[in-house]
Amino acid sequence: MLAKRIIPCLDIRNGQTVKGVNFVNIREVGDPVELGAYYAQQGADELVFLDITASHEERKTFPDLVRRIAQGVNIPFTVGGGISELKDADILLSAGADKISINSSAVRNPQLVSDMAHNFGSQFVVVAIDARFDETSGEWIVTVKGGREATEKRLFSWAKEVQERGAGEILFTSMNHDGVKQGFANEALAKLSTELSIPIIASGGAGKMEHFKDVFTIGKADAGLAASIFHFKEIAIPDLKEYLRNNGITVR
Amino acid sequence: MQIAIVKYNAGNIRSVSNALERIGCRDVHITDDIAALQSADKVIFPGVGEASTTMKHLRSTGLDKVILGLKQPVLGICLGMQLMCNHSEEGDVDCLGIFPVNVRRFILPTPNPDNLKIPQMGWNTINNLKQPLFSPELEGKFVYFVHSYYAELCEYTASITHHTLDYSSSLHKDNFYATQFHPEKSGSVGETILRNFIAL
Repeated sequence: MLAKRIIPCLDIRNGQTVKGVNFVNIREVGDPVELGAYYAQQGADELVFLDITASHEERKTFPDLVRRIAQGVNIPFTVGGGISELKDADILLSAGADKISINSSAVRNPQLVSDMAHNFGSQFVVVAIDARFDETSGEWIVTVKGGREATEKRLFSWAKEVQERGAGEILFTSMNHDGVKQGFANEALAKLSTELSIPIIASGGAGKMEHFKDVFTIGKADAGLAASIFHFKEIAIPDLKEYLRNNGITVR
Repeated sequence: MQIAIVKYNAGNIRSVSNALERIGCRDVHITDDIAALQSADKVIFPGVGEASTTMKHLRSTGLDKVILGLKQPVLGICLGMQLMCNHSEEGDVDCLGIFPVNVRRFILPTPNPDNLKIPQMGWNTINNLKQPLFSPELEGKFVYFVHSYYAELCEYTASITHHTLDYSSSLHKDNFYATQFHPEKSGSVGETILRNFIAL
Protein backbone atom coordinates (compact mmCIF):
# COMPACT_ATOMS: atom_id res chain seq x y z
CA MET A 1 0.00 0.00 0.00
CA LEU A 2 1.14 3.51 -0.80
CA ALA A 3 2.78 5.10 2.25
CA LYS A 4 1.87 8.46 3.73
CA ARG A 5 4.77 10.84 3.19
CA ILE A 6 6.66 13.02 5.68
CA ILE A 7 8.25 16.05 4.04
CA PRO A 8 10.62 18.49 5.77
CA CYS A 9 10.65 21.92 4.16
CA LEU A 10 13.87 23.93 4.08
CA ASP A 11 13.90 27.67 3.53
CA ILE A 12 16.91 28.83 1.54
CA ARG A 13 18.38 32.29 1.45
CA ASN A 14 21.53 33.01 -0.53
CA GLY A 15 22.26 29.30 -0.83
CA GLN A 16 22.05 28.62 2.92
CA THR A 17 19.25 27.17 5.01
CA VAL A 18 17.61 29.86 7.05
CA LYS A 19 16.63 27.73 10.02
CA GLY A 20 19.92 25.91 10.22
CA VAL A 21 19.90 24.60 13.72
CA ASN A 22 22.42 22.61 15.65
CA PHE A 23 22.43 19.20 14.04
CA VAL A 24 25.05 16.78 15.18
CA ASN A 25 27.14 15.10 12.51
CA ILE A 26 26.65 17.88 10.06
CA ARG A 27 29.81 19.77 9.30
CA GLU A 28 28.28 22.90 7.87
CA VAL A 29 25.09 23.62 9.70
CA GLY A 30 23.63 25.91 7.09
CA ASP A 31 24.43 23.78 4.07
CA PRO A 32 21.15 22.66 2.40
CA VAL A 33 22.84 19.69 0.72
CA GLU A 34 24.14 18.28 4.01
CA LEU A 35 20.88 18.98 5.77
CA GLY A 36 18.94 17.37 2.91
CA ALA A 37 21.13 14.27 2.96
CA TYR A 38 20.74 14.10 6.74
CA TYR A 39 16.94 14.18 6.47
CA ALA A 40 17.01 11.57 3.70
CA GLN A 41 19.07 9.30 5.89
CA GLN A 42 16.66 9.91 8.80
CA GLY A 43 13.76 8.62 6.71
CA ALA A 44 12.23 11.75 5.18
CA ASP A 45 10.23 10.69 2.12
CA GLU A 46 10.78 13.84 0.10
CA LEU A 47 12.23 17.30 0.59
CA VAL A 48 11.05 20.76 -0.33
CA PHE A 49 13.55 23.59 -0.80
CA LEU A 50 11.96 27.02 -0.88
CA ASP A 51 14.10 29.86 -2.11
CA ILE A 52 13.05 32.87 -0.08
CA THR A 53 15.81 35.07 -1.46
CA ALA A 54 14.43 38.54 -1.92
CA SER A 55 16.24 39.89 -4.94
CA HIS A 56 16.38 38.60 -8.46
CA GLU A 57 20.14 39.11 -8.48
CA GLU A 58 20.74 36.82 -5.50
CA ARG A 59 18.40 34.15 -6.85
CA LYS A 60 20.78 33.38 -9.71
CA THR A 61 22.76 31.09 -7.42
CA PHE A 62 19.77 28.82 -6.78
CA PRO A 63 20.19 26.51 -9.83
CA ASP A 64 23.77 25.77 -8.72
CA LEU A 65 22.47 24.75 -5.34
CA VAL A 66 19.76 22.59 -6.96
CA ARG A 67 22.48 20.88 -8.99
CA ARG A 68 24.41 20.06 -5.80
CA ILE A 69 21.26 18.81 -4.05
CA ALA A 70 20.50 16.53 -7.03
CA GLN A 71 24.00 15.08 -6.76
CA GLY A 72 23.94 14.60 -3.02
CA VAL A 73 20.39 13.58 -2.12
CA ASN A 74 18.94 10.15 -2.98
CA ILE A 75 15.22 10.92 -2.51
CA PRO A 76 12.90 13.14 -4.57
CA PHE A 77 12.87 16.89 -3.96
CA THR A 78 10.75 19.85 -4.94
CA VAL A 79 12.04 23.37 -5.38
CA GLY A 80 10.03 26.55 -5.23
CA GLY A 81 10.31 30.29 -4.89
CA GLY A 82 10.33 32.90 -7.59
CA ILE A 83 9.32 30.61 -10.46
CA SER A 84 7.22 32.75 -12.75
CA GLU A 85 7.84 31.49 -16.26
CA LEU A 86 8.61 28.31 -18.19
CA LYS A 87 12.26 29.28 -18.52
CA ASP A 88 12.70 29.33 -14.72
CA ALA A 89 11.24 25.83 -14.46
CA ASP A 90 13.33 24.54 -17.34
CA ILE A 91 16.54 25.71 -15.67
CA LEU A 92 15.60 23.95 -12.42
CA LEU A 93 14.59 20.77 -14.27
CA SER A 94 17.94 20.72 -16.05
CA ALA A 95 19.66 21.27 -12.72
CA GLY A 96 18.02 18.07 -11.45
CA ALA A 97 14.88 19.11 -9.56
CA ASP A 98 12.20 16.39 -9.51
CA LYS A 99 9.34 18.84 -9.11
CA ILE A 100 8.78 22.57 -8.98
CA SER A 101 6.28 24.37 -6.84
CA ILE A 102 4.48 27.47 -8.08
CA ASN A 103 2.25 29.67 -5.99
CA SER A 104 1.53 33.35 -6.61
CA SER A 105 2.69 33.17 -10.23
CA ALA A 106 -0.05 30.59 -10.83
CA VAL A 107 -2.65 32.83 -9.19
CA ARG A 108 -1.55 35.76 -11.36
CA ASN A 109 -1.41 33.63 -14.50
CA PRO A 110 -3.36 30.34 -14.29
CA GLN A 111 -2.31 29.47 -17.84
CA LEU A 112 1.19 28.94 -16.41
CA VAL A 113 -0.03 25.73 -14.71
CA SER A 114 -1.29 24.37 -18.05
CA ASP A 115 1.90 25.38 -19.84
CA MET A 116 4.12 23.81 -17.19
CA ALA A 117 2.14 20.54 -17.20
CA HIS A 118 2.15 20.43 -21.00
CA ASN A 119 5.87 21.12 -21.29
CA PHE A 120 7.28 19.13 -18.39
CA GLY A 121 4.50 16.69 -17.41
CA SER A 122 2.08 16.83 -14.49
CA GLN A 123 4.44 14.90 -12.23
CA PHE A 124 6.76 17.93 -12.29
CA VAL A 125 4.17 20.53 -11.27
CA VAL A 126 3.16 21.14 -7.65
CA VAL A 127 0.77 24.04 -7.12
CA ALA A 128 1.12 25.57 -3.67
CA ILE A 129 -2.00 27.26 -2.33
CA ASP A 130 -1.92 29.52 0.72
CA ALA A 131 -5.43 30.12 2.00
CA ARG A 132 -7.05 31.77 4.99
CA PHE A 133 -10.44 30.84 6.44
CA ASP A 134 -12.67 33.89 6.66
CA GLU A 135 -15.12 33.55 9.57
CA THR A 136 -17.51 36.17 8.22
CA SER A 137 -18.05 34.65 4.79
CA GLY A 138 -17.29 31.09 5.83
CA GLU A 139 -14.94 30.79 2.86
CA TRP A 140 -11.32 29.79 2.35
CA ILE A 141 -9.73 32.78 0.60
CA VAL A 142 -6.60 32.17 -1.46
CA THR A 143 -3.83 34.56 -0.48
CA VAL A 144 -0.44 35.53 -1.89
CA LYS A 145 2.67 37.19 -0.46
CA GLY A 146 2.84 34.95 2.58
CA GLY A 147 -0.81 35.47 3.41
CA ARG A 148 -0.63 39.26 3.44
CA GLU A 149 -2.67 39.77 0.29
CA ALA A 150 -6.11 38.27 -0.34
CA THR A 151 -7.12 37.34 -3.88
CA GLU A 152 -10.41 36.77 -5.66
CA LYS A 153 -9.83 33.02 -5.69
CA ARG A 154 -11.36 30.50 -3.30
CA LEU A 155 -9.56 27.37 -2.15
CA PHE A 156 -11.77 24.57 -3.47
CA SER A 157 -12.58 26.04 -6.88
CA TRP A 158 -8.95 27.10 -7.40
CA ALA A 159 -7.70 23.64 -6.39
CA LYS A 160 -10.07 22.02 -8.88
CA GLU A 161 -9.00 24.44 -11.59
CA VAL A 162 -5.29 23.67 -11.15
CA GLN A 163 -6.05 19.94 -11.17
CA GLU A 164 -7.90 20.37 -14.46
CA ARG A 165 -5.00 22.41 -15.80
CA GLY A 166 -2.67 19.50 -15.12
CA ALA A 167 -1.12 20.07 -11.69
CA GLY A 168 0.31 16.82 -10.33
CA GLU A 169 -0.08 17.67 -6.65
CA ILE A 170 -1.43 20.39 -4.39
CA LEU A 171 0.49 21.76 -1.42
CA PHE A 172 -2.13 23.44 0.76
CA THR A 173 -1.03 25.72 3.60
CA SER A 174 -3.65 27.03 5.98
CA MET A 175 -2.60 30.52 7.03
CA ASN A 176 -4.86 30.17 10.08
CA HIS A 177 -2.92 27.13 11.27
CA ASP A 178 0.60 27.95 10.05
CA GLY A 179 3.01 28.58 12.94
CA VAL A 180 0.34 27.96 15.60
CA LYS A 181 1.36 24.32 16.18
CA GLN A 182 -2.18 23.27 17.11
CA GLY A 183 -2.69 20.80 14.26
CA PHE A 184 -3.45 20.93 10.54
CA ALA A 185 -6.63 22.25 8.85
CA ASN A 186 -8.10 18.77 8.74
CA GLU A 187 -11.63 19.63 7.71
CA ALA A 188 -10.57 21.59 4.64
CA LEU A 189 -7.91 18.99 3.83
CA ALA A 190 -10.41 16.12 3.94
CA LYS A 191 -12.71 18.03 1.59
CA LEU A 192 -9.84 18.69 -0.82
CA SER A 193 -8.65 15.11 -0.70
CA THR A 194 -12.11 13.69 -1.32
CA GLU A 195 -13.10 16.10 -4.07
CA LEU A 196 -9.82 15.94 -5.99
CA SER A 197 -8.10 12.96 -7.57
CA ILE A 198 -4.50 14.24 -7.28
CA PRO A 199 -2.41 13.95 -4.08
CA ILE A 200 -2.70 16.62 -1.37
CA ILE A 201 0.27 17.73 0.74
CA ALA A 202 -0.81 19.28 4.03
CA SER A 203 1.16 22.18 5.47
CA GLY A 204 0.76 24.46 8.43
CA GLY A 205 0.05 23.53 12.03
CA ALA A 206 2.30 20.60 12.92
CA GLY A 207 3.26 20.79 16.60
CA LYS A 208 3.31 17.22 17.82
CA MET A 209 3.22 13.70 16.46
CA GLU A 210 -0.50 13.33 17.04
CA HIS A 211 -1.10 16.11 14.51
CA PHE A 212 0.40 13.94 11.78
CA LYS A 213 -1.80 11.01 12.76
CA ASP A 214 -4.83 13.31 12.53
CA VAL A 215 -3.83 14.85 9.21
CA PHE A 216 -3.58 11.39 7.63
CA THR A 217 -6.74 9.95 9.20
CA ILE A 218 -9.15 12.87 9.68
CA GLY A 219 -7.54 15.14 7.06
CA LYS A 220 -7.07 12.29 4.55
CA ALA A 221 -3.87 13.99 3.34
CA ASP A 222 -1.34 12.08 1.24
CA ALA A 223 1.66 13.85 2.74
CA GLY A 224 2.43 16.07 5.72
CA LEU A 225 4.93 18.90 5.46
CA ALA A 226 6.59 20.77 8.30
CA ALA A 227 9.65 22.91 8.91
CA SER A 228 10.52 24.14 12.37
CA ILE A 229 9.49 21.07 14.38
CA PHE A 230 12.01 19.05 12.37
CA HIS A 231 14.70 21.74 12.23
CA PHE A 232 14.51 22.39 15.97
CA LYS A 233 14.43 18.65 16.67
CA GLU A 234 11.13 18.84 18.49
CA ILE A 235 10.15 15.74 16.52
CA ALA A 236 12.68 13.27 15.13
CA ILE A 237 11.55 11.64 11.88
CA PRO A 238 12.36 8.04 12.95
CA ASP A 239 10.24 8.53 16.11
CA LEU A 240 7.41 10.05 14.09
CA LYS A 241 7.44 7.14 11.63
CA GLU A 242 7.34 4.62 14.47
CA TYR A 243 4.48 6.47 16.17
CA LEU A 244 2.46 6.53 12.95
CA ARG A 245 3.17 2.86 12.27
CA ASN A 246 1.99 1.98 15.78
CA ASN A 247 -1.20 3.88 15.03
CA GLY A 248 -1.95 1.80 11.96
CA ILE A 249 -0.79 4.31 9.35
CA THR A 250 1.30 3.01 6.45
CA VAL A 251 4.67 4.74 6.41
CA ARG A 252 7.96 3.81 4.85
CA MET B 1 32.49 -0.89 -16.53
CA GLN B 2 30.97 1.44 -19.09
CA ILE B 3 27.38 2.48 -18.48
CA ALA B 4 25.40 4.25 -21.18
CA ILE B 5 22.20 6.15 -20.44
CA VAL B 6 19.98 6.53 -23.49
CA LYS B 7 19.67 10.22 -24.30
CA TYR B 8 16.34 11.28 -25.76
CA ASN B 9 13.60 13.82 -25.13
CA ALA B 10 12.54 12.37 -21.80
CA GLY B 11 12.75 14.43 -18.66
CA ASN B 12 15.16 14.25 -15.80
CA ILE B 13 17.86 11.90 -17.11
CA ARG B 14 20.54 13.60 -15.04
CA SER B 15 19.12 12.10 -11.85
CA VAL B 16 20.05 8.60 -13.07
CA SER B 17 23.67 9.55 -13.70
CA ASN B 18 23.79 11.33 -10.33
CA ALA B 19 22.62 8.15 -8.61
CA LEU B 20 25.17 6.01 -10.47
CA GLU B 21 27.91 8.41 -9.45
CA ARG B 22 26.76 8.23 -5.82
CA ILE B 23 27.25 4.43 -5.84
CA GLY B 24 30.71 4.80 -7.30
CA CYS B 25 30.25 4.32 -11.06
CA ARG B 26 32.91 6.37 -12.80
CA ASP B 27 32.30 5.66 -16.46
CA VAL B 28 28.76 6.91 -17.12
CA HIS B 29 27.72 8.49 -20.41
CA ILE B 30 24.43 10.05 -21.43
CA THR B 31 24.41 9.39 -25.15
CA ASP B 32 22.33 8.77 -28.27
CA ASP B 33 25.36 7.57 -30.21
CA ILE B 34 24.50 4.13 -31.59
CA ALA B 35 28.03 2.72 -31.37
CA ALA B 36 28.41 3.94 -27.79
CA LEU B 37 25.10 2.35 -26.78
CA GLN B 38 25.99 -0.95 -28.45
CA SER B 39 29.45 -1.18 -26.93
CA ALA B 40 28.54 -0.21 -23.35
CA ASP B 41 28.61 -2.92 -20.66
CA LYS B 42 25.23 -1.83 -19.34
CA VAL B 43 22.52 0.39 -20.82
CA ILE B 44 19.91 2.34 -18.87
CA PHE B 45 16.77 3.52 -20.64
CA PRO B 46 15.13 6.09 -18.32
CA GLY B 47 12.18 8.29 -19.03
CA VAL B 48 9.56 10.64 -17.78
CA GLY B 49 6.94 11.95 -20.13
CA GLU B 50 4.14 10.96 -22.48
CA ALA B 51 4.25 7.55 -24.18
CA SER B 52 3.07 8.25 -27.73
CA THR B 53 5.19 11.39 -28.20
CA THR B 54 8.24 9.60 -26.89
CA MET B 55 7.65 6.49 -29.05
CA LYS B 56 7.39 8.74 -32.11
CA HIS B 57 10.71 10.31 -31.20
CA LEU B 58 12.37 6.90 -30.73
CA ARG B 59 11.10 5.73 -34.13
CA SER B 60 12.16 8.88 -35.95
CA THR B 61 15.69 8.63 -34.57
CA GLY B 62 15.99 4.85 -35.07
CA LEU B 63 16.68 4.39 -31.36
CA ASP B 64 13.79 1.91 -31.19
CA LYS B 65 15.67 -0.65 -33.30
CA VAL B 66 18.93 0.03 -31.50
CA ILE B 67 17.34 -0.71 -28.10
CA LEU B 68 15.64 -3.86 -29.42
CA GLY B 69 18.97 -5.15 -30.72
CA LEU B 70 20.98 -4.64 -27.52
CA LYS B 71 22.59 -7.81 -26.13
CA GLN B 72 24.00 -6.53 -22.82
CA PRO B 73 21.86 -5.99 -19.68
CA VAL B 74 19.39 -3.14 -20.26
CA LEU B 75 17.40 -1.44 -17.49
CA GLY B 76 14.27 0.53 -18.39
CA ILE B 77 12.98 2.95 -15.77
CA CYS B 78 9.43 4.37 -15.43
CA LEU B 79 8.30 5.46 -18.91
CA GLY B 80 11.30 3.51 -20.22
CA MET B 81 9.71 0.34 -18.82
CA GLN B 82 6.30 1.17 -20.30
CA LEU B 83 7.86 1.77 -23.73
CA MET B 84 9.45 -1.71 -23.55
CA CYS B 85 5.95 -3.23 -23.32
CA ASN B 86 3.59 -4.19 -26.12
CA HIS B 87 1.13 -1.32 -26.23
CA SER B 88 0.27 1.70 -24.06
CA GLU B 89 -3.14 3.24 -23.48
CA GLU B 90 -1.36 6.58 -23.08
CA GLY B 91 -1.82 8.02 -26.56
CA ASP B 92 -2.93 4.53 -27.76
CA VAL B 93 0.51 3.65 -29.08
CA ASP B 94 2.33 0.46 -30.02
CA CYS B 95 5.60 0.26 -28.10
CA LEU B 96 8.80 -1.78 -28.43
CA GLY B 97 7.15 -5.11 -27.58
CA ILE B 98 10.04 -6.54 -25.57
CA PHE B 99 7.61 -7.55 -22.80
CA PRO B 100 4.40 -9.11 -24.16
CA VAL B 101 2.14 -7.09 -21.86
CA ASN B 102 -0.03 -4.00 -22.14
CA VAL B 103 0.15 -0.70 -20.26
CA ARG B 104 -3.16 0.60 -18.91
CA ARG B 105 -4.35 3.65 -17.02
CA PHE B 106 -5.19 3.26 -13.32
CA ILE B 107 -8.90 3.55 -12.60
CA LEU B 108 -9.97 4.74 -9.15
CA PRO B 109 -12.38 2.41 -7.38
CA THR B 110 -15.90 3.60 -6.53
CA PRO B 111 -16.35 4.00 -3.67
CA ASN B 112 -12.78 4.96 -2.83
CA PRO B 113 -12.52 4.47 0.96
CA ASP B 114 -8.71 4.65 1.04
CA ASN B 115 -8.72 7.88 -0.96
CA LEU B 116 -6.38 6.43 -3.58
CA LYS B 117 -5.06 8.97 -6.06
CA ILE B 118 -3.92 9.13 -9.67
CA PRO B 119 -1.05 9.57 -10.29
CA GLN B 120 0.30 7.14 -7.74
CA MET B 121 2.92 9.39 -6.21
CA GLY B 122 5.15 8.27 -3.40
CA TRP B 123 6.56 5.16 -1.73
CA ASN B 124 5.04 1.73 -2.14
CA THR B 125 6.30 -1.82 -1.54
CA ILE B 126 7.76 -4.33 -3.99
CA ASN B 127 6.71 -7.93 -3.40
CA ASN B 128 7.15 -11.43 -4.84
CA LEU B 129 10.62 -10.43 -5.96
CA LYS B 130 12.58 -12.34 -8.58
CA GLN B 131 16.36 -12.50 -8.65
CA PRO B 132 18.86 -11.41 -9.93
CA LEU B 133 17.76 -7.75 -10.03
CA PHE B 134 16.30 -8.11 -6.56
CA SER B 135 18.26 -9.60 -3.69
CA PRO B 136 16.08 -11.40 -1.08
CA GLU B 137 16.49 -8.70 1.60
CA LEU B 138 14.55 -6.26 -0.62
CA GLU B 139 11.25 -8.16 -0.25
CA GLY B 140 8.53 -5.77 0.92
CA LYS B 141 10.76 -2.69 0.87
CA PHE B 142 9.47 0.72 -0.17
CA VAL B 143 10.53 2.38 -3.43
CA TYR B 144 9.47 5.64 -5.08
CA PHE B 145 6.78 5.71 -7.78
CA VAL B 146 5.24 8.45 -9.94
CA HIS B 147 2.86 7.14 -12.58
CA SER B 148 -0.70 7.05 -13.87
CA TYR B 149 -0.27 4.00 -16.12
CA TYR B 150 0.80 0.48 -15.15
CA ALA B 151 1.96 -2.75 -16.79
CA GLU B 152 -0.27 -5.77 -16.23
CA LEU B 153 0.93 -8.91 -14.52
CA CYS B 154 2.53 -11.52 -16.79
CA GLU B 155 5.02 -14.38 -16.75
CA TYR B 156 7.88 -11.83 -16.87
CA THR B 157 6.72 -9.95 -13.76
CA ALA B 158 9.77 -9.55 -11.50
CA SER B 159 7.99 -7.71 -8.66
CA ILE B 160 4.38 -6.99 -7.76
CA THR B 161 3.03 -3.76 -6.27
CA HIS B 162 -0.54 -2.91 -5.29
CA HIS B 163 -2.24 0.37 -6.21
CA THR B 164 -5.96 -0.06 -6.97
CA LEU B 165 -4.86 -3.53 -8.18
CA ASP B 166 -1.79 -5.78 -8.38
CA TYR B 167 0.48 -4.83 -11.26
CA SER B 168 4.03 -5.41 -12.53
CA SER B 169 6.27 -2.93 -10.74
CA SER B 170 9.18 -4.56 -12.54
CA LEU B 171 9.74 -6.93 -15.44
CA HIS B 172 12.56 -9.18 -16.59
CA LYS B 173 13.01 -11.10 -19.82
CA ASP B 174 16.41 -12.30 -21.06
CA ASN B 175 18.82 -9.34 -20.94
CA PHE B 176 16.00 -6.80 -20.50
CA TYR B 177 15.11 -5.53 -17.02
CA ALA B 178 12.67 -2.77 -16.17
CA THR B 179 11.28 -1.00 -13.12
CA GLN B 180 8.18 1.19 -12.93
CA PHE B 181 9.62 2.87 -9.84
CA HIS B 182 12.62 5.15 -9.75
CA PRO B 183 15.60 3.31 -8.19
CA GLU B 184 17.60 6.52 -8.64
CA LYS B 185 15.23 8.27 -6.19
CA SER B 186 14.52 5.37 -3.85
CA GLY B 187 17.12 5.98 -1.16
CA SER B 188 19.37 3.12 -0.08
CA VAL B 189 16.95 0.45 -1.39
CA GLY B 190 17.17 1.97 -4.86
CA GLU B 191 20.94 2.08 -4.61
CA THR B 192 21.02 -1.65 -3.82
CA ILE B 193 18.88 -2.37 -6.91
CA LEU B 194 21.17 -0.25 -9.10
CA ARG B 195 24.20 -2.06 -7.66
CA ASN B 196 22.55 -5.42 -8.41
CA PHE B 197 21.98 -4.32 -12.00
CA ILE B 198 25.55 -3.10 -12.39
CA ALA B 199 26.80 -6.45 -11.02
CA LEU B 200 24.88 -8.53 -13.61
